[in-house]
Amino acid sequence: MRKYITVIGLEVHAELKTNSKAFCSCSTEFGGDPNTHVCPVCLGMPGALPVLNKQVVEFAIRAGLAVNCDIKKFNKFDRKNYFYPDLSKNYQISQFDKPICEEGHIDILVDGEEKRIGITRIHMEEDAGKLVHSGATISTSDSSAVDYNRAGVPLIEIVSEPDMRSSEEARAYLEQLKAILEYTDVCDCKMQEGSLRCDANISLMPEGATEFGTRAEIKNLNSFRALVRAIEYEIARQAEILEDGGHIVQETRTWDDVNGVTLSMRSKEEAHDYRYFPEPDLVPVEIDDAWIERVQSELPELPAARQARLIADFALPKEQAALIVSTKAMAQYFDEAVSATKDAKGLANWLLGDVSAYLNNEDITISEFKVTPANLGELVDLIKEGVLSSKLAKQVFGEMVKENHSPKALVKELGLEQVSDAGAIEAIVDEVLAENPQSIIDFKAGKDRALGFLVGQIMKKSKGKANPNMVNDMLKAKMQ
Amino acid sequence: MELYKSTIHELHELLVNKKISSVELTNALYERIDQVEDQVKAYVTLDKENALAQAAKVDAKIAAGETIKPLAGVPGAIKDNISTKGLRTTCSSKMLENLNPIYDAHVIKNLRADDTIFLGKTNMDEFAMGSTTESSFFKTTCNPWNLTRVPGGSSGGSAAAIAAGEAIWTLGSDTGGSIRQPASFNGCVGIKPTYGRVSRYGCVAFASSLDQIGPITRDVTDAAIVLNTICGVDGHDSTSLPVEVPDFTKALKQDVKGLKIGLPKEYFGAGLDPKVESEISKAVEQYRAMGAEIVELSLPHTEYAVITYYIIAPAEASANLARFDGVRYGHRNMNATSAPEMTTLSRTEGFGSEVQRRIMLGTYVLSSGYYDAYYKKAMQVRTLIRRDFEEAFKQCDVLLTPTSPVVAYPIDGKMDPLSIYLLDVCTIPVNLAGLPGISVPCGFVDGMPVGMQLIGKPLDEETILRAAYTFEQANDYHKVIAPIGGDK
Repeated sequence: MRKYITVIGLEVHAELKTNSKAFCSCSTEFGGDPNTHVCPVCLGMPGALPVLNKQVVEFAIRAGLAVNCDIKKFNKFDRKNYFYPDLSKNYQISQFDKPICEEGHIDILVDGEEKRIGITRIHMEEDAGKLVHSGATISTSDSSAVDYNRAGVPLIEIVSEPDMRSSEEARAYLEQLKAILEYTDVCDCKMQEGSLRCDANISLMPEGATEFGTRAEIKNLNSFRALVRAIEYEIARQAEILEDGGHIVQETRTWDDVNGVTLSMRSKEEAHDYRYFPEPDLVPVEIDDAWIERVQSELPELPAARQARLIADFALPKEQAALIVSTKAMAQYFDEAVSATKDAKGLANWLLGDVSAYLNNEDITISEFKVTPANLGELVDLIKEGVLSSKLAKQVFGEMVKENHSPKALVKELGLEQVSDAGAIEAIVDEVLAENPQSIIDFKAGKDRALGFLVGQIMKKSKGKANPNMVNDMLKAKMQ
Repeated sequence: MELYKSTIHELHELLVNKKISSVELTNALYERIDQVEDQVKAYVTLDKENALAQAAKVDAKIAAGETIKPLAGVPGAIKDNISTKGLRTTCSSKMLENLNPIYDAHVIKNLRADDTIFLGKTNMDEFAMGSTTESSFFKTTCNPWNLTRVPGGSSGGSAAAIAAGEAIWTLGSDTGGSIRQPASFNGCVGIKPTYGRVSRYGCVAFASSLDQIGPITRDVTDAAIVLNTICGVDGHDSTSLPVEVPDFTKALKQDVKGLKIGLPKEYFGAGLDPKVESEISKAVEQYRAMGAEIVELSLPHTEYAVITYYIIAPAEASANLARFDGVRYGHRNMNATSAPEMTTLSRTEGFGSEVQRRIMLGTYVLSSGYYDAYYKKAMQVRTLIRRDFEEAFKQCDVLLTPTSPVVAYPIDGKMDPLSIYLLDVCTIPVNLAGLPGISVPCGFVDGMPVGMQLIGKPLDEETILRAAYTFEQANDYHKVIAPIGGDK
């Protein structure tokens, strides 16, 4: 089999966190009974007209600056024409040939290697409503209803350059982009609620080739897992066709998450002619330097800067720092917890180890985590100070996640305080030595395993509470 | 003088002096409607109950000694493409036969705030596409001056209602002449304000960059009164202009001394009925005699205006009318087995042939591969036409032209669409340039009214109102009454 290079570009739709819709004053709140956040404008009633919500432009500028784009001063909107029942006007107000942002980039980290991914453009547009089918799928339903609550919610579409070469890079790009959108507070990035959506353009070209192969556009990628699986599936599908001497059809395909396959939706020949033309109901928007400068000055610390700060201030390894800053909530949690502990590295280990494992297990986010940053910091300190062994710390953590108690209080309540009283430890040490004379002989004969065995016996007798360092020191001293 | 033939300013005096009540006046209008509507067919929907209830409220205000607005208690009618909450708004289309809007257009809110009275909704060409009202799904309105003739369009119902005494004032909308041409065919005054002067919010869009609402009235004074109420910036329409609205009635002075009136030669060329031309020439001579300076000039790109319009307007219409798909409101085919089929069948059944023709035309000119040759080129020509006017207004204060090259023609459906399109040659360039234009009665040809068009600089409605008023007051054309319902 020949070797192929995978070429991937992503189109990401992010719903903006404005209070009201893009062209009317209806609420953008998610949920709500069907068709309760609607008005003549977003319902496309005859005679209703759009009026631009300036906040949409503000958020698009902010997102654009955060991914290093040029902000274009002259902005106009266009109508993208297609018929679909969830599109109330049967055209979408979008930006066609003059997007608000162009030529940006973000940097990603894959296997310790940094790589720059280009961003072609970002444009503003409105979302459509949502079809609700009476059955499980559209083909098995007797009827469908339309909920227009989402119709007119502002979106930005962020189009990358075809710079990614693997599913890992695509995932890293989407993670980094998501983090930036979260940090800048322009999108709440809930993929399961559809506030962040992703389409992938995927093609293969033989190693050494200079021209890209024919691409397929994959839609309906609603999670990172779906993105990665769909890309892997497409790589295999396209490689097989090419190996058999076939040609890739330029088409739009949809990801079927249940069966783990991509399915053809429509070919290039069937592609829509969107008949874009300038939206006559809206006047052009001029963005002046002062506006751009103000938004620039108000940008919060972005993931890359935060990562650098964690490395500089706490000497964290790059990979750990990158993981911590990958979501705004995790980064904030770390910042709060680190002020409550003397052991930043220990905290990072706990966050990325036990805490992350717990969150994954429970399928919750850190925002829903019951343990406060202060209490986690306290737990890390208890370990550092030798009050808790790491084994007992896990037991305490197991209690903390149920109800957010202070670890110090739990240690007392559960009687788990480490015994560091020399007299008490000596009594147990003596008892164990008396019971195991052969081990003393072995130790003196240079068998290190004997020491481990004796420590284990002592810890068992102390129910894990004896300070292991003191036990070690005392044993060695007594057996000299 | 019968009440139904009076003007707003005459009736306002009668109301405030308690010579008549608004209920009496409103009843008089409905009696007149009962008398002549069978012949004229100006209305799609009447709203007598609400109109009389509103009239009683105005009478109570007058009785309580409250000051009332000039339009208060004076019954008018609204073109059926302007959204009236709770009152059927059909655009004279089967598609919207049963649409009861959930909101009021901006102009309707303003008119309600002034305590005016809506008699009903007037007939029009379907979705304002046409110049005769023949494309209405419901009926063809007849010209009160000769019932075998068209009333013009698309605001034919609004103009015929004024001529027949079925309303004191009406609103129309004008995309390529749809206020001015029917006003001229019916011997009325009709004004299309500067694009952006009146909010389009609630006017069912035909061509968004061209549409503008305006009044049709018996005289220039009434036009100024209605304009005072409907003009002004609106936060719901991004294209409405944030400028002060003057009191237009203050512009009504009999004075054209030194006024430079431009005559664009392209508007007096082939196709202009010599009898119409003769009436226009008499008006020009009158202006000259009253002290105006007549300037002959050229608007060189005029010949491209109609074709430019028939690319831009259908293009915008093809998108504007896409929302009529039977999903949320409007006609729906109930036998379709899929959503795309439902949309296709609903639109095929709901739209008449002229609307379908323009949707297809607009879809074609926006299609991939044709956009540059048609739509983009048309937008460039539009700029040239606008510049023609800018140049012309360096030499004059207003432009004077015929409103239509012909008087109202017979209702016989014999004219092909293209010939009808070409008759809008005098009015279309004004919409493409976004300028204000007024049509004023200036004579008769074979018993049918002739209209003269005065075109102003952007936002200079005042000068064309003054010029129109001066002409009107020097003549009696606006006092000649259509021979219908026993009137002579």
